[in-house]
Amino acid sequence: MSISAKNIARLGMVAAIAAISSTVVPAAFSQQSAPVIRIDGSSTVYPVTEAAAEQFQKQQGGKIRVTVGISGTGGGFKKFCRGETDISNASRPILAKEIEECKKNNIQYIELPVAYDAMTVVINPQNSWAKSLTVEELKKMWEPDSKINNWSQVRSGFPNLPLKLFGPGADSGTFDYFTEAINGKAKASRKDYTASEDDNVLVQGVTRDRGALGYFGYAYYVENKNKLKAVAIDNGKGPVMPSDKTVLNGTYQPLSRPIFIYVNANSAKRPEVRQFVTYYLSNGPAIVKKAKYVPLPSSAYKAILAKFDKNQVGTAFGGKEAIGLKLDDLIKRGLQ
Amino acid sequence: MVHNPKLVAVLHNPVAIAESIQQRKRWEQIFILLGWFSLLVALLTLVVLVADLLIRGWPLLNPNFLPKFLSSPPSSDPEEAGILTAWVGSLLVILVTIVVAVPLGIGAGIYLEEYAPKNWLLDFIEINITNLAGVPSIIYGLLALGFFVYILNWGESILTAGCTLALLILPVVIVTTRESLRAIPIGIREGAYSVGASRWQTIFDHVLPYSMGGILTGIIVGVSRALGETAPLVTIGALTFITFLPDAPIKAEPPFISFNWLWSPFTVLPIQMFNWVSRPQEAFQINSAAAGVVLLVLTLLVNSIAIYLRYRFRKSIKF
Repeated sequence: MSISAKNIARLGMVAAIAAISSTVVPAAFSQQSAPVIRIDGSSTVYPVTEAAAEQFQKQQGGKIRVTVGISGTGGGFKKFCRGETDISNASRPILAKEIEECKKNNIQYIELPVAYDAMTVVINPQNSWAKSLTVEELKKMWEPDSKINNWSQVRSGFPNLPLKLFGPGADSGTFDYFTEAINGKAKASRKDYTASEDDNVLVQGVTRDRGALGYFGYAYYVENKNKLKAVAIDNGKGPVMPSDKTVLNGTYQPLSRPIFIYVNANSAKRPEVRQFVTYYLSNGPAIVKKAKYVPLPSSAYKAILAKFDKNQVGTAFGGKEAIGLKLDDLIKRGLQ
Repeated sequence: MVHNPKLVAVLHNPVAIAESIQQRKRWEQIFILLGWFSLLVALLTLVVLVADLLIRGWPLLNPNFLPKFLSSPPSSDPEEAGILTAWVGSLLVILVTIVVAVPLGIGAGIYLEEYAPKNWLLDFIEINITNLAGVPSIIYGLLALGFFVYILNWGESILTAGCTLALLILPVVIVTTRESLRAIPIGIREGAYSVGASRWQTIFDHVLPYSMGGILTGIIVGVSRALGETAPLVTIGALTFITFLPDAPIKAEPPFISFNWLWSPFTVLPIQMFNWVSRPQEAFQINSAAAGVVLLVLTLLVNSIAIYLRYRFRKSIKF
């Protein structure tokens, strides 16, 4: 066995040298040759920013590097307010707690809406009765301690069929927004429904059960139009189907929500960050369409870009969710 | 002496003895069948899973597309999206993990098994190590975020990720090292001592080489687990979209070797898979399945060194 023993000794030496040298090498070597723009945050906004980053890098021929992570809107803001990222993806406005955190570390930010998401309520294609639902009916189904478990309890005239509910889990920004918009309080929801952080699981669930109802982001509905039916939402002014048009003219309420990027004001002084954000906003419609969200009108992107050029820092939402915010209001408030 | 009259009667009756043997043989047959069944369930599940991945990922895995899939960075376009940065990231991270965890784990295992005085402290450490092997991986991620990222200021780098996964698999390596050392017959040690070998010589020339097979199995289990981890790496800040590779470890000009890659941002295969599975476009499911197959192959390749070494060690052992 002497050969194997020698082998072990040699292996051990190599390992030891590698281990020592790797820990001794100082972090000073870490600078990259090309400038890097660091982005993190919401998984909802990720597809949009990913498309923007990809096209921007191609256009620049790799001279500027962009990295995008997914640690959720909240997780993203944690890093952003410690100054670790240049841009934060957010599926909701920055909250009071996060504003406080950023202030403590002297981080200022420019708030830029980039697109709209229309939360879509979906049913099984064989469901022929629930063409539209009112906000009250949705609330009856989803409010905490709701006892409704049959379609006949939702509206008289609906068939006697068990109601199976599907929705995102409590860590999701979609969940926060939906509960706030429908039940009046963020995170207040009945708990006895099938929850998943993976929206594709929800799509499958609703496809399999005739009595199913679920909700998730517009993109998942668009991609699965042949397997699912969307429900028109009646907010007192008649039923409205989710679409680019109804989102933009402000009639699909209260389930359309703006999504944002937040740019660190210090990072915004760097030329590569300026270039990237300018590219993002001036190519907004194409980028957002590619990610299957609803783009803002071109005029809105111009206004938002002007805001960025003026380095307007701070939030227009005072640390609260922006429920039922119409596009005009959004732009107006964003430009205050 | 047998006092049970029924049993005594059987023992004096050759027909009954034959009957009894027959009956026990039948039970043995039943057990063998049961064993086969268990094996089949385990194996079939594996085969079905791998076959399912292969079939779903085939559009990207066939020879026409595989080179492009392996050499493209992530993209928002399913047809364009590849796993270049992911597999390179996975490979570099696991390299750091192996370099850190294997010597530390084997060293700690040898010390605990062979040198440490047997007292309450050893018992305490032993209980803790065994329990650590069962701690959810996200906990290691949080520990690493606080220690490597913020206290040591290593940032969200390959080095941080490798060390995090090394911590994760250390308990497994230590425990299997100890178990394998313990399994060596006492005669081997006695033989070595009887010709005047020191304790160190006994361990290094005899006990360790013989137990290498078991230790390598532990390393294989640990490395495979580390390669599939997502949660702790997301916690320490692994990226999802990154199109550039870490700095090359070998340079044209002196000193030829560079360790800059250790500080590079990264992504890994399981993170890409997870991202693609949850995308709305169905085409991304194909990418995810194909990435799964590549991860399987990568795991096998990384472990093949250990598997080969284990084969060599086992072949040369004859008790």
